[in-house]
Amino acid sequence: MEAEDDATGQMIEDEEIYVNGGEDGDESKRHRPIISSEQLDIEAYAALYSGRTKISRLMFIAEKCGNASMQLDALRMAYDEIKKGENTQLFREVVVKIDGRLGPNYGPDGAWADAVDRRAEFRKEKLENELNAYRTNLIKESIRMGYNDFGDFYFAHGQLGDAFKNFVRTRDYCTTSKHIVHMCMNAILVSIEMGQFTHVTSYVSKAEQSQDALDPITIEKLRCAAGLALLEGKKYKLAARKFLETGPELGNNYTEVIAPQDVATYGGLCALASFDRAELKSKVIDSINFRNFLELVPEIRELINDFYTSHYASCLEYLGNLKANLLLDIHLHDHVETLYEQIRNKALIQYTHPFVSVDLHMMANAFNTSIASLEKELEALITNNQIQARIDSHNKILYARHADQRNATFQRVLQTGSEFDREVRAMLLRANLIKHEFNLKASRKH
Amino acid sequence: MNLNMNSVETLVAQIHGLSGSISDINQLHSLLKQSEDLFQSESTRLAPLLTELDPFMHSLGYLYILDACTSAPISKEQASELVLSIARFINLCAAEQIRLAPDKFTSVCKRFKDQVMLLEDPMQGVAPMLTAIRKLQLSSEHLTTLHPDFLLFCLLAKCYKPGLSILEDDIFDVDQPRDFFLYCYYGGMICIGQKKFSKALELLHNVVTAPMSILNAIVVEAYKKYILVSLIHVGQFSISFPKYTSSVAQRNLKNFSQPYLELANSYGAGKISELELCVQAHNEKFEFDKNLGLVKQVVSCMYKRNIQRLTQTYLTLSLQDIANTVQLNSAKEAEMHVLQMIQDGEIYATINQKDGMVRFLEDPEQYKTCEMIERIDSSIQRIMMLSRKLTDMDEQLSCDPLYLAKVSL
Repeated sequence: MEAEDDATGQMIEDEEIYVNGGEDGDESKRHRPIISSEQLDIEAYAALYSGRTKISRLMFIAEKCGNASMQLDALRMAYDEIKKGENTQLFREVVVKIDGRLGPNYGPDGAWADAVDRRAEFRKEKLENELNAYRTNLIKESIRMGYNDFGDFYFAHGQLGDAFKNFVRTRDYCTTSKHIVHMCMNAILVSIEMGQFTHVTSYVSKAEQSQDALDPITIEKLRCAAGLALLEGKKYKLAARKFLETGPELGNNYTEVIAPQDVATYGGLCALASFDRAELKSKVIDSINFRNFLELVPEIRELINDFYTSHYASCLEYLGNLKANLLLDIHLHDHVETLYEQIRNKALIQYTHPFVSVDLHMMANAFNTSIASLEKELEALITNNQIQARIDSHNKILYARHADQRNATFQRVLQTGSEFDREVRAMLLRANLIKHEFNLKASRKH
Repeated sequence: MNLNMNSVETLVAQIHGLSGSISDINQLHSLLKQSEDLFQSESTRLAPLLTELDPFMHSLGYLYILDACTSAPISKEQASELVLSIARFINLCAAEQIRLAPDKFTSVCKRFKDQVMLLEDPMQGVAPMLTAIRKLQLSSEHLTTLHPDFLLFCLLAKCYKPGLSILEDDIFDVDQPRDFFLYCYYGGMICIGQKKFSKALELLHNVVTAPMSILNAIVVEAYKKYILVSLIHVGQFSISFPKYTSSVAQRNLKNFSQPYLELANSYGAGKISELELCVQAHNEKFEFDKNLGLVKQVVSCMYKRNIQRLTQTYLTLSLQDIANTVQLNSAKEAEMHVLQMIQDGEIYATINQKDGMVRFLEDPEQYKTCEMIERIDSSIQRIMMLSRKLTDMDEQLSCDPLYLAKVSL
């Protein structure tokens, strides 16, 4: 990447747009970056995931994409995927959404649905009988397996609440820490699907307590789950740290929840929005660990580097291009706007930080925006005290303004003094009043 | 009857005789107290006796007789005479003597106040009341029953300076809570009249947060003014009461001042047009409470505050831009506002008429002058004095038997 000398120069002369990816001419689909500024390749995207999350993500894309052909594509793939499983509720939903648009092959298949439901009934009865038998025999291990089977059963049929309850019930019958970890992982999976991330956090911490039973892959899985929970809770800095700590051992082992591309995307964006320069360099840019992840999403890698080397126009351009696809991600959807705003503000602040005066024309060029809107943005940042500067609106220059510590201290001192004065006097008065009332009451009693 | 008059004569003689030393005065005092009924029965015929007594040397005796005289109903013609004679007495009496009978003195002054009000000439009452207060007070920290009456006179006579001089004394010792409420309320109004908003805010705050077991009308009115002054002086108003406010006040005050709270809300939103709409909507209510003037000041304050905020972000700004941001109608109006603020010392700026630009300057105060050092020094002294007071009070309280009885339970 460019050396930092560019940034320490006086003003930005011209912007350079980096070539996307910098990799070979791509033939094989596997090497083409999946999260990029081109329109999302749904098949490739869906191939990253497995299990229920694949279906949820496809349905989410169908809902949010706003493009009929893409929507139908997603619904079609969702339909196929659901048919491989046993979730009749979801099946009915997807059929309603398709609304016959994909032809007779993708219509309501009542026969299949009924067959699945009947099988489900049988299985449920069988499981119940088995479980009762185990319970009377009081064999802990079997009871635990029984509840686990129930949990899996409910999960496959889309009854997430019941699945969760059953998984949690195995707690009482766990005898080794491996069992506990197993329970936690199941609980985490169901909670993520249900969107209840408080449970995720608690079960992650529970699992992490049994250190000895954790193999490296599980550790990475737990980190990702924790990161997701923090992301949902809008704690971007902590989420970024979790994602950045995830090691490459994760690989494709947690596709029922998250893909390595996601780790890179979420981690990269959150870090950019919340880390300061030093942390960004040490934990993201220089991190060998994370570099492996970033290779999977070269545009994000590029934009982080651009930000660090102060090529803001190019960085913001990448962000703009990625936005459409990021909005289709089920976990990131609600946070895209906030993260983008934070990144943009940081860019503005970082731009003005080293200078005593900044020409607003050049700054507007660097950020590819008009002077009027730039002035408005800067005004907001100054009012929030994120930039210490003042705008010379006549000459369109931004002047850095370093508050006079001495004067400020004097002002604060005088103010605190008079406040103390006022408060103590009021307090003495009130005490006096209360004493009078009390004396009055006391004298009345006598 | 004659017998009684003779007794009165003897008393007068004793007043003459026993007004010398302190022990004599005390004796006289007990005598006078015993002769209360006598005075009451002879009230109509006591007036000529006053001429025999000297208001300074025989203050105590004079006081008792004066009190008895004035307890009878007074006709309108006699009123102005009476007013003059009481004023004379107040001016000439000896403070040590009348402090022995504060209740009598207070009731005399109260009657004085009633007569002055009847005559509808509050100006007459200002100076005598001031003197009365100074003589009755045990110390300048003492609040007497006369304080609110005095402030009322000042308000009615529009004679604010003497009022301010009384308000500058710190009060720590209160006789009657009711006096305290009135004192703070009237005091607040005087300060508002003189544009000393910080002191007004302090007084009104004390009323609103004073300990009380039931709500009274004074506090309700004070709360309304408190909201308005808070908006003018500080630029914001927080609905939450401090912890030490009485629970009665916390629960009920808001119900009585809905229009004012709405005004505070729309002020907080920051748009002039909304604020003016709000004022229009509640116009009658404000007028009824006689707070319309204050409300108008709140509106003009909003412009000022918006312009002040601009000084934080801009070094120079065109008048047109100021007009746009602050929602004024034209650059000319903006110029007038800015000019007024510069003259009042609320912002530091220069206007360049050629370019239509305003340049905002820093506060030139460098905190390096002798006056500043003196100010800081006097603040330090005050605060040390206050701390000492606080420790004294704490010590006193820990030795107070009533308190100990309550606490040890």
